[in-house]
Amino acid sequence: MSGSGAQPAAGLVGVVLVSHSAAVAASVAALAQGLAGGGRSAPVAAAGGDADGGLGTSADLVAEAARSVDRGAGVAVLADLGSAVLTVKALLADEDELPPGTRLLDAPFVEGAVAAVVTASAGAPLADVAAAASEAYTYRKL
Amino acid sequence: MTLDAEFFRRWMAGTAAAVEADADRLTELDSPIGDADHGSNLRRGFAAVAAALEKEPPDTPGGVLALASRQLISTVGGASGPLYGMLLRRTGKTFGDAAQVSVAEFAQALRVGADAVAQLGGAAAGDKTMLDALLPGVEALDAARGEEPRVAFAAARDAAESGALATVPLRARKGRASYLGERSVGHQDPGATSSALLLRALAEAAAG
Repeated sequence: MSGSGAQPAAGLVGVVLVSHSAAVAASVAALAQGLAGGGRSAPVAAAGGDADGGLGTSADLVAEAARSVDRGAGVAVLADLGSAVLTVKALLADEDELPPGTRLLDAPFVEGAVAAVVTASAGAPLADVAAAASEAYTYRKL
Repeated sequence: MTLDAEFFRRWMAGTAAAVEADADRLTELDSPIGDADHGSNLRRGFAAVAAALEKEPPDTPGGVLALASRQLISTVGGASGPLYGMLLRRTGKTFGDAAQVSVAEFAQALRVGADAVAQLGGAAAGDKTMLDALLPGVEALDAARGEEPRVAFAAARDAAESGALATVPLRARKGRASYLGERSVGHQDPGATSSALLLRALAEAAAG
């Protein structure tokens, strides 16, 4: 897991990045925070790989990451594929496993993460963070 | 035969033993169409289930399945963790605090669990997934709900095993195997195979 933003981020939506790969999750977190620019940054945590550091998903890492970025304004979770998505959904179905106001975003992983961190850092509420991340699906490259 | 907490612990311990014995076969099935980790993932998950149940044995069927679910979701590492975790959680939740359940109640609860799996994975019958063994198992169990556990669970096992074999000609529509399209045809689905193991362990737990 990567740390939170450099500055205090009270009241901002937290962002959790869940990937099969620890390196991917950490790198996308760094990319999104880098592109979010200076000033205050929303808290971002990476939860990549399985419990042993291999490829996969660790429910414990996801829950820990979500708690670490929870500032009371909700937590936006982005996941890459398969077990990453299913683990987050299973945790959300369990009511007490993740902080209240945690939500899985329907968004592409990299582009959605950038959009989520930029909007969350600007102080947007969770619904707006989710909308911005989902909108990243409409960004065509050709 | 009473379907109490002790029975459900025996079922989970039997599943752990069956997965342990067949882990290499599950991983082999997962090699051509998956990422070759189904056996090792489930072995880790059900070993954790067996250890947790031994350490602090819950005293209701629902309690056993809730603890098993928690272990699977947190230790498996692959998609089968949340999927089997959801199956057992929703099945167990349907039992509430009951100290024992009937075959009919078990059939109904397992259907709730299988439906939760379908919803979580967005899959349906015929998608070449664990549902292709689970759903026939649930149907057979439901049809035999007036029978003794031994007879009803044997019927569920047979239906699940036939369902797993019947995934061979199917084309995968969910998960990593779906990227392979037509090339997923001709392989038995590893998830359906492990679901058949789960119901085989159920039948064995009732056979005593």
